[in-house]
Amino acid sequence: MANYEPILLRNRGVEGSRTLGVYELRGGYQAVRKALKMTPEEVVEEVKKANLRGRGGAGFPAGMKWSFLPKDRKTTYLCVNGDESEPPTFSNRVLMEHDPHQLIEGVIIAAYAVQAQVAYIYLRVEFHEPFHVLQRAVDEAYAKGYLGRKVFGSDFNVEVYLHRGAGAYVCGEETGLIESLEGKRGWPRIKPPFPAIEGLFRKPTIVNNVETLCNVPHIIERGAAWFTSVGPSHSTGPKLFCISGPVNKPGCYEWSMDLSVQELIEDPRFGGGMRDGKKVKCVLPGGISMGALCASELHMKMDFEDPRKFGLLGLGTAAAVVLDESIDIRIVLRNLARFYAMESCGQCTQCREGTSWMHKIADRIARGAGRLEDLDLILQTARNMGMMPGLSICGLPDGATYPIETVVKKFRGELEERIRAQPREEVGQTLAVVN
Amino acid sequence: MAWIPLDRNKPAFPKDAPPILTEAVREKIRFFFSRYATRRAVLLPALHVVQDALGHVSMQAMTEIAELLEIHPSEVMDTVSFYTHFWTHPKGKKVIVACRSISCEALGGQKVIDAVKQHLHVREHGTTADGTYSFMTEECLAGCDHAPCLLIGERMHKQVKPEDVPKLLADAGNDRIAAPRSDLFDAPAAKGGASNGRPGGGSSAETVGATSDIREMREA
Ligand SMILES: Cc1cc2nc3c(=O)[nH]c(=O)nc-3n(C[C@H](O)[C@H](O)[C@H](O)COP(=O)(O)O)c2cc1C
Ligand code: SF4
Ligand code: FES
Repeated sequence: MANYEPILLRNRGVEGSRTLGVYELRGGYQAVRKALKMTPEEVVEEVKKANLRGRGGAGFPAGMKWSFLPKDRKTTYLCVNGDESEPPTFSNRVLMEHDPHQLIEGVIIAAYAVQAQVAYIYLRVEFHEPFHVLQRAVDEAYAKGYLGRKVFGSDFNVEVYLHRGAGAYVCGEETGLIESLEGKRGWPRIKPPFPAIEGLFRKPTIVNNVETLCNVPHIIERGAAWFTSVGPSHSTGPKLFCISGPVNKPGCYEWSMDLSVQELIEDPRFGGGMRDGKKVKCVLPGGISMGALCASELHMKMDFEDPRKFGLLGLGTAAAVVLDESIDIRIVLRNLARFYAMESCGQCTQCREGTSWMHKIADRIARGAGRLEDLDLILQTARNMGMMPGLSICGLPDGATYPIETVVKKFRGELEERIRAQPREEVGQTLAVVN
Repeated sequence: MAWIPLDRNKPAFPKDAPPILTEAVREKIRFFFSRYATRRAVLLPALHVVQDALGHVSMQAMTEIAELLEIHPSEVMDTVSFYTHFWTHPKGKKVIVACRSISCEALGGQKVIDAVKQHLHVREHGTTADGTYSFMTEECLAGCDHAPCLLIGERMHKQVKPEDVPKLLADAGNDRIAAPRSDLFDAPAAKGGASNGRPGGGSSAETVGATSDIREMREA
């Protein structure tokens, strides 16, 4: 692997990196000055050329999304998605804690590009430290005249408000986020209309992830050609990768998207190898919703294209959890299934019932009362939901299907073995408790 | 929390009860009005303000919030019941949130959860007899690099071991963080706030003083 100079995390570890003064000393707030001298269309065009694909999970090109806004609109909103609730993802947190002004600069440029008068940064409520750090930074930016009226002496006005969620994974889904911002339960909306046409307060709205927007100043400063020169052609630009689980150095690392899962785990610059020399059993490399890899699939590249070849949904949040050979795969299955059962918002029958059934089946298996037929039953349930086949409103159940399917298919041998090994006399008793 | 136990034959609070939202709390809520195009959108900020001030959001508080935001009390209840963060009955002084998602469970999170429950004699959503702690589990807290983790009040406790739990819970400052803070949710509302009331922005000089910290900075 070649060398790589961090861009998004360049200020991490620098003393005072949270303050406007240090950010500016290190070259910050130059890109926004440059952008404000361009036309909004030119900014959109540059981001389009860079092929900046959304970092929130779906990988949709940001510039293209921005150009879907109706031309004759009057009010436009920008919503910054800092809900970050996909296990085990924490890169937005790292960006906000260490370099809040980078995000604010990205927000100003994006707001200018889409001509948004107000930007809301939606933060999950558990983000106490990021909230205070970011609010402080917003305050500083207001005091300097970088936010509010006539920013940087231009004719552009933009208000930036932080908005705290209240504990619900589904509020990270863009229309769930919009409903939540409007003060309602975070029930995702049926699309179309997409938010770019009708979003917050029924006005054209752009929703972008924190990391996506942190890339924007660098695209403006260094140009689209620089951005596309980083990483493979389908997956351009700097990227943050999270790694957690029993590795020596869990954390958030930056690299181009030509990194393999193996390298992320083993390389001393990243995960630094498995703790106590244990062997890898299973990796969920893109946040749990993308699905699981087994030990023979670690050559998968962490980019937008390769994961599909391994039966995964996509790159997702590029946050890998590594599980070692000591973990019982039944516990993993139950943990994954429970997440979706708890977080389904409940408005679509297939999702609400399906995720609960999968949890119930996985729980039964984990407690030692599984039946061999349960494996087919859980697979069948997993196939019965999802937005992609048109069975539900949002993508949450698609994200539930992939981990369940891939874990059951790729670890079927172990699951069957463990089910066969259950002491018969205990099965009946446990079943009586869980069913 | 989902279900709110109420008896339709017994009013949740007396009709002539004095208001429980103080003027200071109302003022803090009004401070958010100009930030959103609708009153209803002020609901989450309002609920945060109320829960921070009163500890939980009672039926009476919901009714008073509804009045202030000119929406129906059932709309407030609907929102409150959807989110796990809001408590409709009194909770302890500090809330402990334990992560139960995959990275934490893989690194022994369940043992930490058991240790907290045993040490405090609490169940999920229970409160200790002395009213210090309430306990709940949640899905991933986005602190997986520090798994297993435990959120107490505002502070994230990292790589918690079951044997550390007693000491951790005895520490009086275990719910506070050192981060330089904007006191948006703590200080009395900024006069004027972000307030020319035009939805969709249209800022004014006062908007620049949108948060209390700015005032401090200017005064300094
Ligand atoms: C159930 C669900 C949860 C989601 N959670 C998040 C989240 O926490 N953060 C995020 O940025 N995107 C999340 N997304 C993706 C958003 O819907 C949306 O695609 C994204 O915020 C767009 O930003 P981007 O294009 O910059 O990636 C979620 C999607 C689904 C279906
Ligand atoms: S698919 Fe599930 S989470 Fe999404 S809207 Fe429907 S019930 Fe809610
Ligand atoms: S899995 Fe526990 S914090 Fe993410």
